[in-house]
Amino acid sequence: MSLFNLFLKSVFLDNMIFAYFLGMCSYLAVSKTVKTSAGLGLAVTFVLVVTVPVNYLVNKYLLAPGALAWINPSWASLDLSFLTYIIFIAIIAAIVQILEMIIETFTPALHSALGIFLPLIAVNCAILGCSLFMQERGFSNVGEAAVFGLGSGIGWLLAIVAIAAIREKLRYSKIPKGLDGVGISFIITGLMGIAFMAFMGIKL
Amino acid sequence: MNHKKLLIEPLRKANPVTVLVLGICSCLAVTAQLKPALVMGASVTVVTALSNFIISLLRKGIPNRIRIIVQLVVVATLVILIDQFLKAFAYDVSKRLSVYVGLIITNCIIMGRLEAFALSHGPWESFLDGLGNGLGYSLILVIVAFFRELLGSGTLLGYQVIPQSFYEAGYQNNGLMILPPMALIIIGIIIWINNRKTESK
Repeated sequence: MSLFNLFLKSVFLDNMIFAYFLGMCSYLAVSKTVKTSAGLGLAVTFVLVVTVPVNYLVNKYLLAPGALAWINPSWASLDLSFLTYIIFIAIIAAIVQILEMIIETFTPALHSALGIFLPLIAVNCAILGCSLFMQERGFSNVGEAAVFGLGSGIGWLLAIVAIAAIREKLRYSKIPKGLDGVGISFIITGLMGIAFMAFMGIKL
Repeated sequence: MNHKKLLIEPLRKANPVTVLVLGICSCLAVTAQLKPALVMGASVTVVTALSNFIISLLRKGIPNRIRIIVQLVVVATLVILIDQFLKAFAYDVSKRLSVYVGLIITNCIIMGRLEAFALSHGPWESFLDGLGNGLGYSLILVIVAFFRELLGSGTLLGYQVIPQSFYEAGYQNNGLMILPPMALIIIGIIIWINNRKTESK
């Protein structure tokens, strides 16, 4: 599969929100206005583009069965894949911390836009989920992993901006009592998911 | 606060999923059938209860600045144990749940309870609180999975419930129910009913 196809597939067909429900907590909590949700979406995309390739390398050279053979041929029988979760989450937490420091030092304007979201991202399911999917699908090189991260991030951005725009308009509509707020957001997300399923027939 | 209340309250009045809207993230994809939903609910309950207990024991020794990392390490270790256990004793379910077992780590219910409860309460109370919240979460998962499996495949836990004569009379399974978006719509309806009930009391 070419890189462009992979990108399209991860944005539309395997959309993080509509197909896998990843990152729903922040998706529902932050989607009150378009501006803040775009900020969070950008931050998620940014972190995904960095963490997925790094985790790909870690998985390939440290964790996968027999991956340690490049250090010492006698270690080829080792399998550290049971450590995946703890290593991935530690790497994600560390990268988010480092990114926050870098952004704060070099681009204060970006930091004031993304700042409050960055710490939240370490525990966003979409980030860990994307790394785990990457491991499961076994991409053949770092480039594919990076494109997968970028596509998933943009798909997430698209979803959160769309729901935020709908929720801004919803304020003026009459919703049955008890359903307003979270309830209607769930149902709208479900309907949007059904709309996104229209992409499923596309063969790439 | 008495202990029974700690256990019962998260089931209805302070349900983590429908009232606090936490932890919907990782797990709606596992509700297409009842069996994976039950396993997922049980796993999350065990992790919430034990991580609450452990963090509560450690709470006086954890420096405030690195507490998130400490919590993540404790939770990740528990999840690895669960994952290995499932792989050993329930391999087919473990395959079905695939990455979603790992995603228990970033389940907001767990982090939320650790931050909001375990850091300021004793071990036994924290354990009960974790247990209650895990059960509240499992309850919603099971309700959603029940309707999705019943209407989508006509089975429960893999056994056929809707009699064959219905199919012969022209009844058809609702294929839409198996698709992921329906889980969201069912949760929306559960929240609606729940809100109406708590209001009228």
